[in-house]
Amino acid sequence: MAKYLAKRIFYLILTLFIVITVTFFLMKLLPGTPLTNQAKLSKSQIALIYEQYGLDKPVWQQYLLYLAGAVRGNFGTSFQFSDQPVSYLLSSRIGPSLQIGLQAMIFGVILGIIVGAFGAMKQNTWVDTTATIVSILGISIPSFVLAVLLQYYLGLKLGWFPIAEWGGFIYTVLPTLALGATPLAESARFVRTEMVDVLSSDYIELAKAKGLSRTGVIYHHALRNSLIPLITIVGPLAVNIMTGSMVVENIFSIPGIGEQFVKSVLTNDYPTIMGLTIIYSFMLCVVLLITDILYGIVDPRIRITGKAN
Amino acid sequence: MADTVKLPEDSFKRISSDDRANLDSEKIAAPSLTFAQDAWRRLKKNKGAWVSLIVLAIVFIMAFGSLVVSPHNPNAVNPSYANLPSKIPGVNINGFNGTLVQAGERVDAYKQAGASSKFYIMGTDYLGRDLFSRVLYGTRISLIIALVATLFDLTIGVTYGMFSGWKGGRIDTIMQRIIEIILSIPNLVVIVLLILILKPGMTSIIIAIALTSWVNMARLVRAQTMEIKEQEYILAARTLGERPMKIAFKHLLPNLSSVIIINTMFTIPNAIFFEATLSYIGIGISSPQASLGTLLNDGQKNFQFLPYQMWWPALILSIIMLAFNLLGDGLRDAFDPRTKE
Repeated sequence: MAKYLAKRIFYLILTLFIVITVTFFLMKLLPGTPLTNQAKLSKSQIALIYEQYGLDKPVWQQYLLYLAGAVRGNFGTSFQFSDQPVSYLLSSRIGPSLQIGLQAMIFGVILGIIVGAFGAMKQNTWVDTTATIVSILGISIPSFVLAVLLQYYLGLKLGWFPIAEWGGFIYTVLPTLALGATPLAESARFVRTEMVDVLSSDYIELAKAKGLSRTGVIYHHALRNSLIPLITIVGPLAVNIMTGSMVVENIFSIPGIGEQFVKSVLTNDYPTIMGLTIIYSFMLCVVLLITDILYGIVDPRIRITGKAN
Repeated sequence: MADTVKLPEDSFKRISSDDRANLDSEKIAAPSLTFAQDAWRRLKKNKGAWVSLIVLAIVFIMAFGSLVVSPHNPNAVNPSYANLPSKIPGVNINGFNGTLVQAGERVDAYKQAGASSKFYIMGTDYLGRDLFSRVLYGTRISLIIALVATLFDLTIGVTYGMFSGWKGGRIDTIMQRIIEIILSIPNLVVIVLLILILKPGMTSIIIAIALTSWVNMARLVRAQTMEIKEQEYILAARTLGERPMKIAFKHLLPNLSSVIIINTMFTIPNAIFFEATLSYIGIGISSPQASLGTLLNDGQKNFQFLPYQMWWPALILSIIMLAFNLLGDGLRDAFDPRTKE
């Protein structure tokens, strides 16, 4: 296990290194300068500004400096907000994004498990049909359409929730619902398929035959075994939430990193874009690593094959 | 029970030994179906998939047919008819009869604009452009982007996956590592970066989506290739000295087709979703061109007062996504009946 972990962490670092390298050189390819009023500045002024931001050095030196900084969590200075380090900008914004992302994940997956389990238990009845409709709608309706729908009906028309502000828990409800729809749908679908499979297996027959109650069979034998493979879709769901958050945070004016990403893209704030790309990849890598480790713990068969490789 | 069933005398006939000799017990009475015919038959039984197929056909015909016949010019600006709500002749339901609630009173917006004789099925936008024509136009652009991107993505993904799976060994390991690295950056981030470099526009969106979404296809094709290449008919072909290229096209590709078709059905809605998201953020298609995403973006600006401007594109977008997803599900069941119990 320790060897496997070491290998995985090595790959994580390698991946991040490649991500940093590729984004750095991609950003160097971008047209335009960070100066807003280039025409008004004299040559010496431009040189001074370039020197201040380290842009006068050759590209390979800039790259090494950036790499050295990134390791220590320093992603340079934002172009958009003068004298604001990117790391400060992002650390103040990551909290709301994490909160909403985690809430959406937990809400979506738990409700998804319930919906999927009921669908599988009452197979081919109206319960199952409803569960299927919920999951197919959740997958098909883009999160930002859902966000605007929720904002309009629950926020504006009914006035149950604030429309676009950031404060306490009440402000996170609508974005959580909007982002949680896809995890809900995906996990409901997944759990239903798994559970239908499990319910027809021999050990369920045995559990029933030995006289266990219906809830006992479902809870102790069917549900637990159906949930193990669910860990594998947590990674893709995390990607989905990250993608969705960029637009949903914008719609609800949440001061998170998704909103910052869109803002930075629209204002050509390259250092912030780079920092965000690295943070997004880092978060995703960690999620994938954790889910792989968890899967190994929950399902011993994976661990054995992992060693054999 | 026994005497309730009365069968006619002539239902039974004694078989002579001659007849028995002529009977072929191995003969299959039903016509034998090819794989595609069998899948088609199963697909037709799936109501959701069948309806989706029809809906998609209608959407395609309308979106591309609007090149020839369009109710209005999607780019014709007419400020005096701006922000008219939807009006469908003969329908008198609030929301579809051209009336609006203004200062607490329901008024006929068409009469106010002096256009009582006209009607716009989905209303008009803030520049007085016919929303129905705009939606048709936007759907067309969205579909073109999705289809072209999917085509590229198909080519890259299938080639990459087949090569990786066929070669195996070290090459496979390296190619899989590359895929893992690509998978560890959220797709949308990569797409945004690529678009920034290529400058926003239809081509760069297509390239960006194509360059990022082939990974899934490559993984599935690789897994399937590794399974198929162990089959005896591949071994036979190799023993006979067939060139790898020919094996790939003649033996691998037909056997991969179901995986490829199913995955394509899920790639297309994904591409539509990415395009809509990009245009919605504001780095996708730029005006006067329209896509479903830009229409949503335009509609959202004053959706508090004129919600229909957002509902229509949102509805169409959701219907297309839903239809592709249902069709994909149906195709998966049709190609692989084992997945359905």
